[in-house]
Amino acid sequence: MRTLIYLCIGILFGITMFKSEAASWFRIYEMFKFESFHMYGIIGSALLIGIIVVQLIKRFNIKSFYGEKIHFSPKNKSFSRYMFGGIIFGLGWALAGACPGPMFALIGAGFLPIVIVVLFAMLGTILYGVMRDRLPH
Amino acid sequence: MNWIVEPWPWYVSGPMIAFIMFLLLMVDKNFGMSSNLRTMCTICGVGNKVAFFKFDWKSQKWNLLVVLGAVIGGFISSHYLITDMAVAINPDTVADLNALGFNSAGTAYLPTELFDTSAFLNIKNILILAIGGLLVGFGTRYAGGCTSGHAISGLSDLQLPSFIAVIGFFIGGLVMIHFIFPLIF
Repeated sequence: MRTLIYLCIGILFGITMFKSEAASWFRIYEMFKFESFHMYGIIGSALLIGIIVVQLIKRFNIKSFYGEKIHFSPKNKSFSRYMFGGIIFGLGWALAGACPGPMFALIGAGFLPIVIVVLFAMLGTILYGVMRDRLPH
Repeated sequence: MNWIVEPWPWYVSGPMIAFIMFLLLMVDKNFGMSSNLRTMCTICGVGNKVAFFKFDWKSQKWNLLVVLGAVIGGFISSHYLITDMAVAINPDTVADLNALGFNSAGTAYLPTELFDTSAFLNIKNILILAIGGLLVGFGTRYAGGCTSGHAISGLSDLQLPSFIAVIGFFIGGLVMIHFIFPLIF
């Protein structure tokens, strides 16, 4: 049952990424050129509603579907890992035009070369794992 | 029923993303896609060599199912929910891209110059996709999240680390497109 729920949420996510054009390389380029409101509207409205949802959950102590307390894990305080990691991610996001969600929707859509992006994203993850202790966090 | 095959406007897409985040919270999970890359490395056996990948990947099975769903969702939308794959970007952006050599701008979903199957035959294209992927994978794990984990989940919870990461995402993206693109295209 739970398997089916996760799968359905994923399907909804994949459809949303593809139909919103957030999975389009062109939309990412256009966003960084500040030549359209589209991507800002998507992220901005998702964020605005997200903030309200999270506040409501916390304020009214809303329980999950399974009756559990909804847990938000605060991220470790730091500057360098978020800034440096963020910049490196941004460089790749603009170049490949895909972030880790949309790249999977694009595989499903049949754009074969995106497989190169995914495989090298895995390699990049491995590289981070190897270098982790030597990087400022 | 036209709206189904039309591209979704931002005011449908954004709330839908928030809804997906909400659904995941309601089933005791957190919205974040990039950690799946680490899980996949673990499944490939990298944990035997690098400690960072030594963890029980089965605890992340749910997220892999979300990814599998995303693949299926991409298949469904590209096959059944769309008639015209062209992304209607700003005509100024099309002109910019044409000048950079992307003649498919405004007529395709992804630039055919980079994502057509023939791109496998061009070493420069392969390098671009490979380096792009490498930076995404490295950066996202270093920053501890990607667009979903930081820009949506983290910022929704008003977390300062996510705000720093998102500023980083934009610095990187702007540098790539405004300073590095003119050098490589």
